[in-house]
Amino acid sequence: MASSTITLTPTSFILNKKDLGFSAFSAPSLFSIPKCRRTVSKKICSVMTPQQSERKPSTTGSVKTAMTMTEKIFARASEKTQLSPGENVWVNVDILMTHDVCGPGSIGIFKKEFGENAKVWDREKIVIIPDHYIFTSDERANRNVDILRDFCMEQNIKYFYDIKDLGNFKANPDYKGVCHIALAQEGHCRPGEVLLGTDSHTCTAGAFGQFATGIGNTDAGFVLGAGKLLLKVPPTLRFVLDGEMPSYLLAKDLILQIIGEISVSGATYKSMEFVGTTVESLTMEERMTLCNMVVEAGGKNGVVPADSTTFKYLEDKTSVAYEPVYSDEQARFLSEYRFDVSKLEPLVAKPHSPDNRALARECKDVKIDRVYIGSCTGGKTEDFMAAAKVFLASGKKVKVPTFLVPATQKVWMDVYGLEVPGSGGKTCSQIFEEAGCDTPASPSCGACLGGPKDTYARMNEPMVCVSTTNRNFPGRMGHKEGQIYLASPYTAAASALTGYVTDPREFLL
Amino acid sequence: MTMAAFLSRSPNPTLATSITRSSLPTAPHFLKFPNVSPSPTHPVKLKPLTAQSSRSTPSLTTPRATATPSSSSPSSTAATSFHGLCYVVGDNIDTDQIIPAEYLTLVPSKPAEYEKLGSYALIGLPSTYTTRFVEPNETKTKYSIVIGGYNFGCGSSREHAPVALGAAGVAAVVAESYARIFFRNSVATGEVYPLESEGRICEECKTGDTVTIELAQSLLINHTTGKEYRLKPIGDAGPVIEAGGIFAYARNTGMIPSN
Repeated sequence: MASSTITLTPTSFILNKKDLGFSAFSAPSLFSIPKCRRTVSKKICSVMTPQQSERKPSTTGSVKTAMTMTEKIFARASEKTQLSPGENVWVNVDILMTHDVCGPGSIGIFKKEFGENAKVWDREKIVIIPDHYIFTSDERANRNVDILRDFCMEQNIKYFYDIKDLGNFKANPDYKGVCHIALAQEGHCRPGEVLLGTDSHTCTAGAFGQFATGIGNTDAGFVLGAGKLLLKVPPTLRFVLDGEMPSYLLAKDLILQIIGEISVSGATYKSMEFVGTTVESLTMEERMTLCNMVVEAGGKNGVVPADSTTFKYLEDKTSVAYEPVYSDEQARFLSEYRFDVSKLEPLVAKPHSPDNRALARECKDVKIDRVYIGSCTGGKTEDFMAAAKVFLASGKKVKVPTFLVPATQKVWMDVYGLEVPGSGGKTCSQIFEEAGCDTPASPSCGACLGGPKDTYARMNEPMVCVSTTNRNFPGRMGHKEGQIYLASPYTAAASALTGYVTDPREFLL
Repeated sequence: MTMAAFLSRSPNPTLATSITRSSLPTAPHFLKFPNVSPSPTHPVKLKPLTAQSSRSTPSLTTPRATATPSSSSPSSTAATSFHGLCYVVGDNIDTDQIIPAEYLTLVPSKPAEYEKLGSYALIGLPSTYTTRFVEPNETKTKYSIVIGGYNFGCGSSREHAPVALGAAGVAAVVAESYARIFFRNSVATGEVYPLESEGRICEECKTGDTVTIELAQSLLINHTTGKEYRLKPIGDAGPVIEAGGIFAYARNTGMIPSN
């Protein structure tokens, strides 16, 4: 039974419902009922005498229970009714994800600390996704996938997206590709849950209204055995994005705008909450792009409130029950930033920092050597559709080598199967071929982070690249003197067509 | 005999949050660490400077900052100070600079690969850094203390980053501020002791300066310049470091069974 008294006044309850305004469906209770293993009575344990006059929650003292989305997720996951930023709590983990780079190390620690014969805490809550160094002849990289396989067999891990035939990715029915996209496509992301992954871009899943963040091998080794982790509750920064999204802007531009505003350490140890009419209009993939680069601002996690867009996306992907949470009206945010999206312009992040923001049109004299479209940030189906749209509008050929790396098998199939609106029935792949792009490659993280020397599209000499990826620190894509301009798929495609950093309005308007 | 790691049914313990925070939440949480006794011990007798600086040829066997144990007790392994040469870097040193992605195929929990990671520590720094951190064909550095600016360790969650530094012989990092995952991993692995400075020490120290860090007094002493600098208290990570890391902390508090 819930041990604390839930104080509810009719007025505060009504106030909350009216002000939510996120979606039409019936909002959940003021704060989520803790998800416990034992059955919890959902009955209200005690009620205050109804207020005689209309009084705001702040005067009744119930503002103490007002929490942000992230705080609520923490509360439920740590089986507390209330907590505040700064508290360190043990949190139950719903999903743990790892891949080929950090999995072996995490497994090593798990075995060392829990014992060679130890069993994982829950074979259905661990998702193991090889994706980083897959299509390479590097022996250690290949061995690392074998280590994952051995562990999965030993532990009977339910979700292991294995690959054995490196010469033909399609010959591997289980293989997916980039972990963060696979997690979403395979239905492992659900509102209100806690998802931890041994990758900094695990924050991508915050798009589903859950707490998702990256952790290291030791923490992951701990979670493998215990199913819990000690985490500090972060305060929340709120970003209100309003206005109609211009036809030449994508979510990548929005997050570059924000990172440029607050810097690469502006959100350190904080949660970034994205709300507003623009956010509500974004598709799930666009919301994923937004949350993906939260870590580039130092953020602990990003969240987008779940709504009908979220529920629709999840309909055919998961049958596991979930319970979304929403920030209280009276919740306290560290800061609030407001953007009128209709006034924003396409951006790039210049070398060598994701916060080195500049207008794409002001970089039109920057000659480039190549374009890279891929990664968890910019290699999803909609990212390729966006690039195709620009190539279609131009009708011309690219002036520089243009590398395309679909994030997952599903994305690859969409690139070859989906029709691009307004093209008269052409697929992305056909448009890319006509534009002279490289053939879409096997799905993986590819050259986003350089990788082994034989990685496709790796930058092995100093050159200038416009990329839809997430980081441009020195050496990120391989060569230390490489210059990487981070951009949206629209901007990347436009730049490929001219051979210079180019504002996509050159082609889209 | 297989044993599922079970969870304690006792209520979740919470750490005392009485740490004063003069700036942003300094973070990180637990770590596996040499036990640190915060209470003042006998002042550690510093080795005379000449003993260190008379090494005209930097020796490969320069011990990583001698983590000087508390005075006389033979069974104690508590580190109360670090002493050695420092290597100074700037702001936003990201994990790709600390350990470039091409080396991430090395698995830190395998001893031979752990050593190899050390040889690549900070190899990703741009060529503006004229002094190499680890000489070619070597696996250890002569700099046991790294001094950095703000947002040290930003970028990836790769635990290979603090591991590479630790494997190379770094005992402590003193940065103006940290990115959270790197800090967290430093504490979790116990590979480097992540300290925060009160100001921008990176602008006042030079690579090659001899420094001492006195943990109990939260002090960094630069013997080459003669200046002293305040360090910030370790904060919430303290109890976990003192327990000896997240696993030890969890065992102490009953969250996971003791061995």
